[in-house]
Amino acid sequence: MTTQTYPAETGAVTGVVDLANVTRWYGNVVAVNDISMSLGTGVTGLLGPNGAGKTTILHMMAGFLAPSRGTVTIDGKPTWRNPAVYRDLGLVTEREAVHGFLTAEQFVLACAKMQKLADPAGAARRALELVEMTDAAHRRIETFSKGMRQRTRVAAALVHEPRVLLLDEPFNGMDPRQRMHMMELLHSLGDRGHTILFSSHILEEVEQVAGLVQVIVAGRLAASGDFRKIRRLMTNRPHVFAVRSSDDRRLAVALIAEKSVAGIEIESTGLTVRASDYGSFTRALPRIALDQGIRLHKLVPSDESLESVFSYLLEA
Amino acid sequence: MSTVALITARGLLGRRRALLLLPLPLLLIGLAAICRANNLSPDQWGQAVIVGLGFAVVLPVVALIVGTGVLGSEVDDGTLVHILTKPLPRRDIILAKFGVAVLVTAITTTLPLFAVGLLAGSAELGIALAVAAVAGSIAYSALFVLLSLLTRRPVLLGLVYILVWEGLLGRFLSGTRVLSIEQYVITIADKLSPTDILPSQVGITTAIVMSAVFAVVCTVIAINRLGSFSLAGETS
Repeated sequence: MTTQTYPAETGAVTGVVDLANVTRWYGNVVAVNDISMSLGTGVTGLLGPNGAGKTTILHMMAGFLAPSRGTVTIDGKPTWRNPAVYRDLGLVTEREAVHGFLTAEQFVLACAKMQKLADPAGAARRALELVEMTDAAHRRIETFSKGMRQRTRVAAALVHEPRVLLLDEPFNGMDPRQRMHMMELLHSLGDRGHTILFSSHILEEVEQVAGLVQVIVAGRLAASGDFRKIRRLMTNRPHVFAVRSSDDRRLAVALIAEKSVAGIEIESTGLTVRASDYGSFTRALPRIALDQGIRLHKLVPSDESLESVFSYLLEA
Repeated sequence: MSTVALITARGLLGRRRALLLLPLPLLLIGLAAICRANNLSPDQWGQAVIVGLGFAVVLPVVALIVGTGVLGSEVDDGTLVHILTKPLPRRDIILAKFGVAVLVTAITTTLPLFAVGLLAGSAELGIALAVAAVAGSIAYSALFVLLSLLTRRPVLLGLVYILVWEGLLGRFLSGTRVLSIEQYVITIADKLSPTDILPSQVGITTAIVMSAVFAVVCTVIAINRLGSFSLAGETS
């Protein structure tokens, strides 16, 4: 398995968070396999399909899991069994558990006090303003929507203005407006010199927020670096379509002459067409069908799952 | 009171949850009051109510509910992460939670036991039962807070300790009494106010030293365990 590494064009300068040859296994299952990465300031996306090991990596970075092998450090200090790192680290877990009996203000204030800040009330107010939760600050958290809870948890993680903020699937459960606001917030924090790492299994989310990306597949680092270059690699892969028509055999003969078609398989359930160019093929297919007088019953891109994109990336 | 202790106390007692702790102490006082109202001699009912219900059931069960509630519920629902992601020594977190557990258990059990002591004999007996209940609250709370970090089923394991170790084995195998908090509590109460109602079966030195050993050892192990607290990853 090879790792695609691209020079960073934005962001990363020096490693604030460093993983060196980190492996983590649970019994016989290897969740994270020999990963090394270095995160500098700016926003980095941790991209990968569900079960790839993203949460395990975040938990190790946050000091909530010991690496089975290798080292995880923030500013050169190990995160495992070292509560002092939380002065510079904020964590927003995927699990949305919060002390629901507290109001948002009480919760964020409690976090500020536990951080032993000089002005906990002021810090709590600023953090709630940052996530636009001041209007609902006096309501109990258990009455909040998923998105509001998420923003409250982000405020709690930011109350001490940590240099490093780790977020596990932070956009889950947010409506489009909240999502956009969260993206802007992460952008601005990154621009202000914070080191932000957020995990996601959705390409578009990462694309909109992170200039840098770490792609995790099956516990391994599959690609690392500038998102646009990795995205291009993903986009240029051959596309596979499942096609069914009134005359599959005749359609296959007509399609094979088309330049954008790299290969066709005829099966009892229809055709599997491998296209080298997504745009040309999707424009040519209806034209060819019309010319041949063939009725199209089905056209489904069959490799659009994230897993297939990642698999391609691994093979590239 | 520290922020951790305040959050713990609110989580434990908020929204009428405190009411869950009341039935057992009320049952204890009710039974003693009925016996007293019927002019029964304390020799006839004292042991059954004070030892059989008070020390064998009310004290350990209240301590179990509270001791596992201060930490186990936060471990279960994941809210503990918000406390652990702070630069607080793990010792401070455990001591805050242990302190809340001891305070709530002691208040919930000493008052009814004092009342039962009054009904069964004298204020001296009442005070002796209350002091013994405080010692029991400390030892039981340390044990049950630790169980919350050792197992995902602290209540089940706690019940096994109370019912099987103390209740069953403690009755038939004298060797097990050395590790029975219930026996320490009975002995301390009996030493403070000697009476036939309290069948003490371990020495007072053993009772005091072992209560302290339970409290200190369990707390030290709990602090160490909390330092290594892990969150499950997605593939675990």
